[in-house]
Amino acid sequence: MFSVVNIRVGFYLALRQIRRASRWTTSLIVFVMLLTFLNLVVVTGLLVGIVAGISNQFRIQQTGDVMITALDTKDYIENSPQILSFLKTLPQPQVISARYRTSGTVEANYYSRVDLNEKPNETGASIVGIDPIVENNFSNLSKYVKEGHYLSETDYDTVLLGPQFVDRYSFGEQPGLTPLKNIYSGTKIRLTINGNTREVIVKGILDVPANSPLAARIFMPISEVRQLMGKTDYAVNEIAVLLKPGTDGVAFRDLLNRSGIGEKAKVQTFEEGIPNGVAEVQDTFAMIGNAIGSIGLVVAAITIFIVIFINAITRRKFIGILKGIGISGEAIEISYVFQSLFYAAIGSALGMGILYGFLVPYVSANPISLPISEAIIVAPLDGTMIRVGLIILTTIIAGYLPSRMIVRKNTLDSILGRN
Amino acid sequence: MIEVKNLVKSFKDGPNVTTVLKGINFSAKQGEFVAIMGRSGAGKSTLLYQMSLLDEPTSGEIRINGREAYLMSEHEKMLFRLSEFGYVFQDYALLPELTAIENVALPLIMQGLSSDAAEEKAKVALERVGVGARLNNLPSQLSGGEQQRVSVSRAIAHRPSVLFADEPTANLDRESSDRVMNIFRELHKAGQTIIMVTHEDEYARIADRIVTLDDGKIVNTTKF
Repeated sequence: MFSVVNIRVGFYLALRQIRRASRWTTSLIVFVMLLTFLNLVVVTGLLVGIVAGISNQFRIQQTGDVMITALDTKDYIENSPQILSFLKTLPQPQVISARYRTSGTVEANYYSRVDLNEKPNETGASIVGIDPIVENNFSNLSKYVKEGHYLSETDYDTVLLGPQFVDRYSFGEQPGLTPLKNIYSGTKIRLTINGNTREVIVKGILDVPANSPLAARIFMPISEVRQLMGKTDYAVNEIAVLLKPGTDGVAFRDLLNRSGIGEKAKVQTFEEGIPNGVAEVQDTFAMIGNAIGSIGLVVAAITIFIVIFINAITRRKFIGILKGIGISGEAIEISYVFQSLFYAAIGSALGMGILYGFLVPYVSANPISLPISEAIIVAPLDGTMIRVGLIILTTIIAGYLPSRMIVRKNTLDSILGRN
Repeated sequence: MIEVKNLVKSFKDGPNVTTVLKGINFSAKQGEFVAIMGRSGAGKSTLLYQMSLLDEPTSGEIRINGREAYLMSEHEKMLFRLSEFGYVFQDYALLPELTAIENVALPLIMQGLSSDAAEEKAKVALERVGVGARLNNLPSQLSGGEQQRVSVSRAIAHRPSVLFADEPTANLDRESSDRVMNIFRELHKAGQTIIMVTHEDEYARIADRIVTLDDGKIVNTTKF
C-alpha cells in the first residue's frame, strides 16, 4: 500500500483537495480537532492541576523544596542549631524556616460559661512556633490573614488561627477538631501545651482553602511555644528549606544526607514529604481526565469519519473515474489519510499554541480558585505529545475507514452512479 | 490487438436476469479506428466497458495484446488501464478540484513521473488539443468543448495502446464536436488505435469500420 508512487499521488490529490475545499468546511473540521485537543489535554491537565494545586500548597506553605524532620524515634531534630548553621553556609537555600510543632488544646468562650457542667468550647489543635519574619519570607503567611493582623517578632501572648478553628470560616468538623464559636480578631482564648495553659489574644485569622496545611494550625512566635512546651534547648521539630529557583531538590536532599544530617534527622524532598494519598488522588484525577478526554477523542473520530465518509460518498463518481484511469485505490485512500492528518495536525498545533502560549502561563499566574485548592493546568510536553499522537492516529483511522469503504466499491458502478 | 470471443454480459436484479451482450465476437487491430453504433440499450457502452477492463463479463474471452483478461488480477488490470488504455467519457469525467494540467498530469505521476515532468508532458498534450491557454483553469472554468479536449488530452498524454471513447460528442455543440473529432482523426492518422461508441453517423464515418449492435448482438459491420 505504502509504495512511493501511491504516497506521491495521494499527497498530490490531498494537497489540491484541501487547497480547493470550502474554507468554512475546513475551518469547522479544524475547529472540532482543536476542541478535541483542548478537551483531551486541558480537562486532564486541570483535573491533575487541582491536586497539583493541593501539592503545591504544601510546598509553598509547609514543606518547601526539602523538609528536615525528626527521626521516627525522636520528638525533635538532634543538633538542630548545628544543622541550621550548616544550612546557612550553603548557597542553595533561599529561605530556611525552623519550627516547633506540637499538639495542644484551645478553649474559647470560657468567660461566658456559667454552668460548670456545660461542655467547654474547646478543641484539639496543632500549634506551630515560628519566627514571624522568616516564616513570612518562606510562606508569605501574612498574605493569608483575612481578619486582624499578622504576628510580629515582639508579639507576646498572641496567635494566628487557621480558618478551621473559627466556626464562621471552618469547613466543618474534623476528627479531634471542633470549630470555636464567637472568635474574632482580639478575642481571648486559652492555649494548653504539655499541661501549661496560657491565655492569648487572637491577633489574626487566616483565609486558606480546606486542604491547605495552614487551615488547621495555630501559629505563635517560636519563643512562646518553646516556653509552653517547657523546652530548655533549641532543638526544633521541623526545618523547611525553600531552594533558589532552578535548584534540584533531590540533589540537595542527597547533599544533606551525604553531610551526615540524614543520620540525625529525616531529610525528604517535597514530593516525599507531602501527605500520603495526595499522589494517589492525583493519579485518580488523571485517570478521570483521561476517561473524559477519551470520550472527546471518540466524538472527534466519529466527526472525522462522517466528514470523510460524506466527502468520499459525494465524490464516489470521481473516485470511480480515478480508479478507471488507473489511479490505485491505495493512492486514493492515502489522499484521504493525508487530509485527515492535515485536520488533526493543524487542530493540534493550534491547540498547543493556545495551551502553551496562553492557557498554561495564564492559569499558572492566576490559579483558578476552587474550594479545595488553587488549581493550575498541568500539561507536561511529553504527555501532551502522546495525546497529539493519539489524536492523529485516531483521525487517520477515522479518515481511512470510510475512504476504504468507498474505494472498494465497483469501479464502473461508481463511475455510472449505480448502487 | 483486442479480441473478444462469445462475450456475454448479464445483470441480475433480484430474480430477474437481463442479458445485455449475447455472445459478441469482435476484434480490433493495431492502429484501427472502430466506431460502435446502435440504438439506445443495444449494449454499445457495455461492450466498451468490458473491452476496456472497467467491468467483468459474465462469460466469454477478452484478449488484449495476447493476454487473457480473466487471468489478470485487479492490480494488473489497474496497471493495464493506467499504461495501455486511455478513456474519454461522455461527461468528460474531470476531477473538479484539479486544474486542466493537473487532471492530465495525475495518471502520469501514477506511472512514476515526477510532478514537474508529468506537468511538462501534460502541457504538451494540452497544447496538442488546443487548450494550451487554459492550463491552470479548473474544469468549472472551462466550456464543455474545452473540458472534453482536456479529457482527450488526459487519455492520450501517456501514449496508450488503445483509446476508448464513450459518446465523446454527446454533450457538445456542433463546433466543439467537430474539434474533438478532428483531434480523433489526427490521432488515428498518427497510428492511434481508437474504439469509439457514438450515435452520430457523421462522426462514425471517420472510423475505418463501423460495428452496429442491436439487442446485444453485432448485426452489421461496415468497412470504409
